[in-house]
Amino acid sequence: MKRNLLVLSLLIAFPIAMVGMENLFYVSFASRVMIYAIAATSLNLVLGYGGMLSFGHAAFVGAGAYVASILVAEGVASVWIGWPTAVAASALLAWVIGAISLRTRGVYFIMITLAFAQMMFYLVNSMKAYGGDEGLTLPRRAELGLGLDLGNEVVFYYVVLFVLLAALYALHRVIHSRFGRVMIAIRENGARVEALGLPVYRYQLLCFVIAGAAGGLAGALLASHGKYVNPNVLHWLQSGTLMIMVILGGVGHLWGGAIGAAVLLVLEHVIADYPLPWLAQVAPNYQQHASLGVGIVLLVIVLFAPQGIAGLISRRKNA
Amino acid sequence: MSWILILEQSLNGLQFGLMLFLLAAGLTLVFGIMDMINLAHGSLYMLGAFLASTFIELTGSFLAGVLLAIPATAVLGMLLEVSILRTLYARDHLSQVLATFALILIINELVRLVWGSDAALPMPAALSGPVELLPGLRYPSYRLVIIGVGLAVALLLYVLVTKTRVGMLVRAGASNREMALAMGVDIKTLFTLVFGVGAALCALAGSMLAPLLAVQVGMGENILILAFVVIVIGGIGSIRGALVGSMLVGVVDTIGRAFLPLLLGAFFQPRVASAAGPALASVMIYLIMAVVLYFRPQGLFPARG
Amino acid sequence: MLELRSVTKRFGGVVATDNVALEVVQGEVHALIGPNGAGKTTLIGQISGSLQTDVGTVRFLEKDVTALRQHERVRLGLARSYQITSIFKRFTVLDNLALAVQARSGSSFSFWRPVAAEAALFDEARAISREIGLAERLAVMAGNLAHGEQRALEVGLALATRPRLVLLDEPMAGMGPEESQRMIALIGRIRAGVTVLLVEHDMDAVFRLADRITVLVNGRVIARGKPAEIRADKDVRRAYLGDELAA
Repeated sequence: MKRNLLVLSLLIAFPIAMVGMENLFYVSFASRVMIYAIAATSLNLVLGYGGMLSFGHAAFVGAGAYVASILVAEGVASVWIGWPTAVAASALLAWVIGAISLRTRGVYFIMITLAFAQMMFYLVNSMKAYGGDEGLTLPRRAELGLGLDLGNEVVFYYVVLFVLLAALYALHRVIHSRFGRVMIAIRENGARVEALGLPVYRYQLLCFVIAGAAGGLAGALLASHGKYVNPNVLHWLQSGTLMIMVILGGVGHLWGGAIGAAVLLVLEHVIADYPLPWLAQVAPNYQQHASLGVGIVLLVIVLFAPQGIAGLISRRKNA
Repeated sequence: MSWILILEQSLNGLQFGLMLFLLAAGLTLVFGIMDMINLAHGSLYMLGAFLASTFIELTGSFLAGVLLAIPATAVLGMLLEVSILRTLYARDHLSQVLATFALILIINELVRLVWGSDAALPMPAALSGPVELLPGLRYPSYRLVIIGVGLAVALLLYVLVTKTRVGMLVRAGASNREMALAMGVDIKTLFTLVFGVGAALCALAGSMLAPLLAVQVGMGENILILAFVVIVIGGIGSIRGALVGSMLVGVVDTIGRAFLPLLLGAFFQPRVASAAGPALASVMIYLIMAVVLYFRPQGLFPARG
Repeated sequence: MLELRSVTKRFGGVVATDNVALEVVQGEVHALIGPNGAGKTTLIGQISGSLQTDVGTVRFLEKDVTALRQHERVRLGLARSYQITSIFKRFTVLDNLALAVQARSGSSFSFWRPVAAEAALFDEARAISREIGLAERLAVMAGNLAHGEQRALEVGLALATRPRLVLLDEPMAGMGPEESQRMIALIGRIRAGVTVLLVEHDMDAVFRLADRITVLVNGRVIARGKPAEIRADKDVRRAYLGDELAA
């Protein structure tokens, strides 16, 4: 609890400090990290707690991003219309994809979620009216009203922070609720849950939809943040990136998605923008091969620390 | 829309399907016997193409280059299997997915370090001309060669899997691993061999398709998804399923891309048709997969009962 | 209470259960015996709903349940335990039982209220743990229990759904003599409140507990009746019991 409060106060104080240092770049960067934290947390619900290996989660993030962007592009700028619509669209998409995919098991499930995501990618890629493969640039961020300007990085930061905290708190309540217990039990032994009288398929579908909706919200925020969206946000490699974040941070741990997103994005940024002279001497151009490092770290984590960072922390606590 | 065009596109579909089969065959056996999700299968396809381009440069001969790339990739594949993949068999699917995804990233970057983002693999001059199959139907001879090689390898695989002892062991392992183990089959070695053969097939497909599709980092991922769709449709662990699936996917994809825009153009305005056509064509395969899985969640010819 | 007619199930070329007719009367302990591979577990699967029968009907409490899915049959009061232990290994014993109680009482589509606040669930879970003899082991992770304790929990999970009829699939599988005696006592205790269809190899348990016995060989019912009749039945001795009784 104390640690949570410490993290919380740091997060709240951060942009104020940055404003003091007249460096708004990092405020914007932090917003982006938090948005990915929301996306990864939504995946953590379905993957870590629900045990469903959805390899197509990017489809929901992307759907949210596109719906929100298209609305702004067409002149509907209010977040109060745009964001809920994005969430609803992602939820609907998740319902359709989930209803079909959850009839399958194991490998088939993974492949079919992957394939559906690719389908969405190709569909969006062909939407010439909204930029096709070049993507869609927005004139401005969505409008919040209430006398607040989302174009202001600090304001946007706090809005995103609020959504992230709300998402984490909601996840916390869900995990400990009846629904959460059932999902975790299904992850452990789905057949037995069915034998206890619960329709497993319905629970899984609902979990899938909730996670998809939350992913859609992250997508809407993402589109607003960058004022730009392109089909790559739906690509299966993006789904893979989200999965990396979840496992890095700790699959099935409350903070797993957030930690993973933060670590991955910060590392990427550090490698790209802060060249280490001694490393550059040994391996020139190393910065262009950052993926190699990511791949190695991921492999090491999977092989040796599958519980991720949150897992290591809680092991230290219990030891 | 002429008969010639239809025939031509059908042949293209056949050609693409056969190459897909080469990838799918190895992949379905890996899944079937070891219950292992290997996302890095596409990377072997890519390695085969890059290695072929280097060997062709060194030897000056297309044939020699391809023939050298195949065993080289097989060896690399087996090394990968023995070192890293083996530790994943006992792990859950999530770990396998993430670990092999990590391998994709690593292998992609290593290839980039060694070769750069792409490599040249030009079509062999002797085969770059067309052949007149029927009056009026001129078909590129290179594609005919691909079809020929694909059919020959498919036949060879069929004979290997159904008529030889090794093949029988493989099929036993795919349909019931525990039983095969109980019967004393050395699953580990068998599997390394199967993996090596799978890698060889990937290399063959990769180097043969390279003059048509270009050799670049990331080529593996694109075709990997199609290969997965194939084995999901065909049924995991089944070579027959892989063949049926790849024919279906290859033909539908090719003909869809060629004719859907035209077909749509007959009913809709050109603007709609030109946008929706390619989109629908890409999506066709996935629709078919969704439909197949809806009625047969285990695919068309699942190896396990 | 339970009535099977012409129940048949084929797997490829193999007929696992062949035209099986079975009847379980309320309040009895009805045993289903037969050699390995006779189709007993397949039959249990078809009764509980995890397997669809190819031919035949299953009637439970005067209702035709043949088309109902497993979870629907559980809701009607038909529960089963598994031959191969199927518990929640990473939950504690208490959480295992609490989940089963939760499944039966009220809706689990509840997202906000923490389960820990529902004292009633845990009280009932504790009561069941006393019935199955695991009251001292509530805080232990199910995966760390001894084999006999896991089998008891296995039965407990089925009981926690407050069934009218419980299908016990080889509850004594893999047990030593002492554990078996405890399980026999357990079944003896629970029969007061629930009808039992018991699949078992342990003949001692069967003859001690059963009111009636049905014998299944190669998917077919070859005999049914009271224990004494079954013991004396020539076909049964030849097909199954002969060696067992001699040993």
